[in-house]
Amino acid sequence: MTRVSYVDSDILIIGGGMAGCGAAWEARYWGRNLKIVLVEKANIDRSGAVAMGLSAINTYLGLRYNENTIEDYVNYVKTDLMGVIREDLVYDYARHVDSTVYLFDEWGLPIFKDENGRYVREGRWQIMIHGESYKPIVAEAAKKSASEIYNRVMVTHLLKDSQNPNRVAGAIGFNVRDGRVYVFRSKAVIVSAGGGSQIYRPRSTSEGKGRTWYPHWSSGSSYGLLIEAGAVMTMMEARFSVPRYKDGYGPVGAWQLMLKAKQTNAYGQDPFSLHKEELKKLYNGKYNYVDAFPTPTNLRVYSSLLELRQGNGPIYLHTEQVLTEKNEELGWEDFLDMTITQAILWAGQNIDPMKSPSEILPSEPYVMGSHATECGAWASGPEDIVIKEASSVDERGTSYSWGYNRMSTLDGLFVAGDACGASPHKFSSGSFTEGRIAAKSAVRYIKEHSDEKVSPDSSQVEQLTVKIFEPMERYNKNKGMITGGKVSSNMMWYDQGMARLQKLMDEYAGGWSSWYTTNEHMLLRAKELLAYLKEDFINYAVAEDYHQLLRTWELWHRILTAEAVINHMLFRKETRWPGYYVRSDFPALDDDNWRVFVNSKYDSKTGTWKLWSVPVVDLR
Amino acid sequence: MPTFVYTSRCVGCGDCVDICPSDIMHYTKDRKTVNIEPDACWECLNCVKVCARFAIDVRSYADFVPMGHSISVFRDEKSQKVYWRIKYRNGKVKEFAFPIRTTPWGSIRPPYEMPEPDPQDLYSPVLSFEKESVKRAEVSIK
Ligand SMILES: Cc1cc2nc3c(=O)[nH]c(=O)nc-3n(C[C@H](O)[C@H](O)[C@H](O)COP(=O)(O)OP(=O)(O)OC[C@H]3O[C@@H](n4cnc5c(N)ncnc54)[C@H](O)[C@@H]3O)c2cc1C
Repeated sequence: MTRVSYVDSDILIIGGGMAGCGAAWEARYWGRNLKIVLVEKANIDRSGAVAMGLSAINTYLGLRYNENTIEDYVNYVKTDLMGVIREDLVYDYARHVDSTVYLFDEWGLPIFKDENGRYVREGRWQIMIHGESYKPIVAEAAKKSASEIYNRVMVTHLLKDSQNPNRVAGAIGFNVRDGRVYVFRSKAVIVSAGGGSQIYRPRSTSEGKGRTWYPHWSSGSSYGLLIEAGAVMTMMEARFSVPRYKDGYGPVGAWQLMLKAKQTNAYGQDPFSLHKEELKKLYNGKYNYVDAFPTPTNLRVYSSLLELRQGNGPIYLHTEQVLTEKNEELGWEDFLDMTITQAILWAGQNIDPMKSPSEILPSEPYVMGSHATECGAWASGPEDIVIKEASSVDERGTSYSWGYNRMSTLDGLFVAGDACGASPHKFSSGSFTEGRIAAKSAVRYIKEHSDEKVSPDSSQVEQLTVKIFEPMERYNKNKGMITGGKVSSNMMWYDQGMARLQKLMDEYAGGWSSWYTTNEHMLLRAKELLAYLKEDFINYAVAEDYHQLLRTWELWHRILTAEAVINHMLFRKETRWPGYYVRSDFPALDDDNWRVFVNSKYDSKTGTWKLWSVPVVDLR
Repeated sequence: MPTFVYTSRCVGCGDCVDICPSDIMHYTKDRKTVNIEPDACWECLNCVKVCARFAIDVRSYADFVPMGHSISVFRDEKSQKVYWRIKYRNGKVKEFAFPIRTTPWGSIRPPYEMPEPDPQDLYSPVLSFEKESVKRAEVSIK
């Protein structure tokens, strides 16, 4: 017997990571009497990409001290993404991000300060923190703001209004410990369920598969939920890989920006200088991306890849040239705060960073929207920076604004953090800020729609309540057919589905084993194989218990995310970020035709996709 | 087996089950806890930090970390510090301590304790406390 709880709210926040906690805080500030509910599949004290902690706040402008201007920041982000960003969205979070950092400071996050009380810079935009407890501090603020928090409830689907299919009216999910179903009915919904890892085959094998850069629990749920509900998505092709210490995934930011460690090939040469002229021929575009300072991340990554491919690896980060007894603590804290494995790896491999360099390698690709890339939902921009307004619901997918900041193309559905597309480089502070922006906008939305009656479509709720448990039903029905183990002709466990997904994405959609290279033929093959996987999920997915059920629905969100990625990569007929992937049939950057956003919309009834491009409009 | 639990020390309090971001710390039949899915473990060590009986340890990923290492961590909300001890395969030891918070736990003032914002501000781009911080900083609003 399925037990069902109904939870009513004014604002429902899905995912209590950085963006979700920011949303809870801001919703309470503006909506003193509102019922604010936050639902989280783990425990918000230690959930999301910041679960372990962080050692830096990557976005702080320092406007108070005229350290930077917002315009400089927007230009930096635009160049890093090779000219394709929504300037209105980036400008908007950038003008607010400092105030988020002041809140963190006040709450007790230890930020490095100099003798004058100014934050210590790691790089031009980054500041250093002792961030082991970053997440529990931010969660404390969210817990004091939300009316109710549901930990350990995984949201599987968004719910539509019974009258208006373009209106979201809530969400459904289940408690991963006891299987209780939760039907959340809400006037406004904010999706902040983070980014996507484990969609491409990780470089590590067996036990080590859990050690990816973005955590295993970043299940692509933001995208899965939004796609299936029919929200317009943008820039899903901009899935990216990060250069990190090999295997341990230790971060390189503090080492390169603050300690000034250099990267070279095995022979001491700088990969970028070696390939700069060659890169200029294909990737300089109209805006001299190759000459830009700092060099766009993807171009640096690409030059390392070229060196590795020519057999000049490993690529080293020369810690031994910069690390001394005096500053070594800084380097170790960087790992212990946010990638502990890297410290253990050094210990296990007897690497003394003061004596020898360490290897650097580009990771498997990730699908996400808050770090140095921009996958996510197409969202309405700030009300005071309107670039191109929508005049009808149908036009939202090509406009920059339709009334409510960070609202998706669906009414009442807002996005923030990794869920919001074309708004890159937010990192932790910017994601929290975007959550604040989305929540304030949601409060306004509710005020202005107070006479609207919304209620989730009851037949959708009934269908989904059954569907969520199908994998367990199927297992119970079929388990008697085999003596044991996990090999069966009519059952597919989540780990088997994951392995298939990761293999096909890796081999055909520009993963590491194909040197991040693909073409139309390979992508079409990926599409074909993914269609089989999707069918098999629908017909054969099984789960023995609620934990496996969580993994099974995470797999579904990953499958939908992957489908979007493949379709977007097929649509963009150029190579915009060669370090992230190369379309070998269109190996050059093409600013004349492709300095555009690629947008898409999925029809869950027919399983078909529509894709189109939207011009990039610059603010000035 | 990224993190694992010592039988002799675990009392089955469930603090690790409660905190694990990956939902992989589960109870065994005799009510102790176990990492049921080591290949979904990120080595975030939240289970280790939360365990009052030091029952949880790490043996890093078998596919790329040689044996013979060890790492211990003690996170103390009283001294507001986290203490680390890393032992190399060759016996070398590194020790570090870092602050975790500058204010007492539970001390954040919730937004509803602050004066209500001017209703008109709901229609401006200003976010919470920016009016205050505008005086301190200049968060420029176009
Ligand atoms: C190793 C690493 C190092 C980083 N370093 C830095 C740094 O130095 N500085 C910096 O500023 N940023 C850094 N970042 C980036 C930063 O962590 C992210 O940009 C930020 O956390 C994104 O916020 P978010 O709210 O979108 O996602 P998250 O913080 O990941 O939150 C998403 C939340 O949604 C929950 N969730 C997911 N799916 C569901 C579902 N279906 N139902 C319910 N809940 C769900 C998750 O459990 C999680 O709590 C780093 C990230 C990583 C992984």
